[in-house]
Amino acid sequence: MSLLARSPREAVERAVKTLPDQVAYGFLRRPETGLCMVRGRIGGTGPAFNLGEMTMTRCVVRTADGRVGYGYVAGRDRRHAELAAYCDALLQDEAARPGLDALLLAPLRGELARRRERRTAETRATRVEFFTLVRGEDHNG
Amino acid sequence: MYVAVKGGERAIDEAHKLLDKERRGDPATPEMGVGQIREQLGLAVDRIMCEGSLYDPELAALALKQAQGDVVEAVFLLRAYRTTLPRLAASLPVETEEMDVRRRISASFKDLPGGQVLGPTFDYTHRLLDFGLLGGERAADLPDAPAPDASGAEEEGGGNRLSGIASLLAREGLAEASEDDGSVPGDLTRDPLVYPADRSLRLQALARGDEGFVLSMGYSTQRGFGSGHPFAGEIRMGGVEVEIAPEELGFPVALGEITLTECQMLFKDTGDAVRPPQFARGYGLAFGRCERKAMAMALVDRALRVQEFGDAVKGPAQDQEFVLSHCDNVEASGFVQHLKLPHHVDFQAELESLRRLRASRESRKDDAAKGEEAC
Repeated sequence: MSLLARSPREAVERAVKTLPDQVAYGFLRRPETGLCMVRGRIGGTGPAFNLGEMTMTRCVVRTADGRVGYGYVAGRDRRHAELAAYCDALLQDEAARPGLDALLLAPLRGELARRRERRTAETRATRVEFFTLVRGEDHNG
Repeated sequence: MYVAVKGGERAIDEAHKLLDKERRGDPATPEMGVGQIREQLGLAVDRIMCEGSLYDPELAALALKQAQGDVVEAVFLLRAYRTTLPRLAASLPVETEEMDVRRRISASFKDLPGGQVLGPTFDYTHRLLDFGLLGGERAADLPDAPAPDASGAEEEGGGNRLSGIASLLAREGLAEASEDDGSVPGDLTRDPLVYPADRSLRLQALARGDEGFVLSMGYSTQRGFGSGHPFAGEIRMGGVEVEIAPEELGFPVALGEITLTECQMLFKDTGDAVRPPQFARGYGLAFGRCERKAMAMALVDRALRVQEFGDAVKGPAQDQEFVLSHCDNVEASGFVQHLKLPHHVDFQAELESLRRLRASRESRKDDAAKGEEAC
């Protein structure tokens, strides 16, 4: 579910289109946009505090064969939440899971890993070692 | 007191048309897209999300466009939009130690595990105007991305994860520890602030507080109106995963990643009967890339812990009612700008009162003059 939420909607849409068997589904809860209060920790490790809100969209679908899928995504993209819920419903089918993992999740995982690698490389290029200039270390003196 | 007035609809319509025209500027210049603002004015977008207390880069960019670049007006637009949405969830506390770090520096420790990572920073730039940008950038001028470097990235489970300096120190007992006691934080968007406010409420207020105000308050503590000499223990910026635990699922799921900036300020505390000598901490955390804000917030957080440390009160930054009641720019702007509303009746009353006072002063003068004559 994390993978579906973190991938851009376009990428999920693309991956879903590659699936050979599309399953009919209806909404148990139509896509709904609202707020999530993001909590931080006092001092980084301590008790929670309310940092501020973010937009989120949730959706619940049920496939024709009765599987229920939940979608929760950051932002206001209703289609993204719907796709996430649909994929979640498909993934409830244990037998279909290996196939879905290869067709649906592997490309998303790959795309996220590439994005993260690129970002990590950019960041690592700015890593620095600072040297302290120590006074009074004159070898002649 | 101000009163409702009638009339002026046509003038108001025309004023709004004129505002739209001003926003667009010269139609001969290309119109700015919200995507361009989000990508190219990202720090303004981050500031609007931070003070608007709503993380949504697209909406913050839209607000900036609509507000013609007026950040406080854009913050107001975002806050107003927020009130139209239901609260669906509260997240689990984000773990900043797990941050996919894009910048992490410490002014206190030269050799910290993972090193100093400068990231995208204005530090070390010469602050000279870059006239090259005046003519437009060509794609060829943009720097190449460095080749992916998986070495070291994988050892920490992907991304750029670095241990936090404050918790490293806390493990040694040299900095105050901060542990989760499971308490539910107060929420000033639900319940009005009541003083004294606890630290969770103070941090919430500061996180959405006006950067200029919080910066000046932080600055005042450095200039002697506050609490001791701070060290920037650690400043980090990067991506943090937000998780919620929906009741219908019974386990946590990730919504996505948001960018946060965190600052741990260290202050020497010589201790007392209860506290050992150690570094006390001031904490700053804010949406987006907003280092100045997070640092200032950490200074003010420490200054406001005046009761805990038994500090001598030297300035307004240590007075929580002063700081928390005035740090919100939507409230401040509203109360200052309400003075534009018709106060005709109030003013008329004051005018009458002044006339009466003047008349009685004149008559007192006349009486005095008559009295002198009589003598």
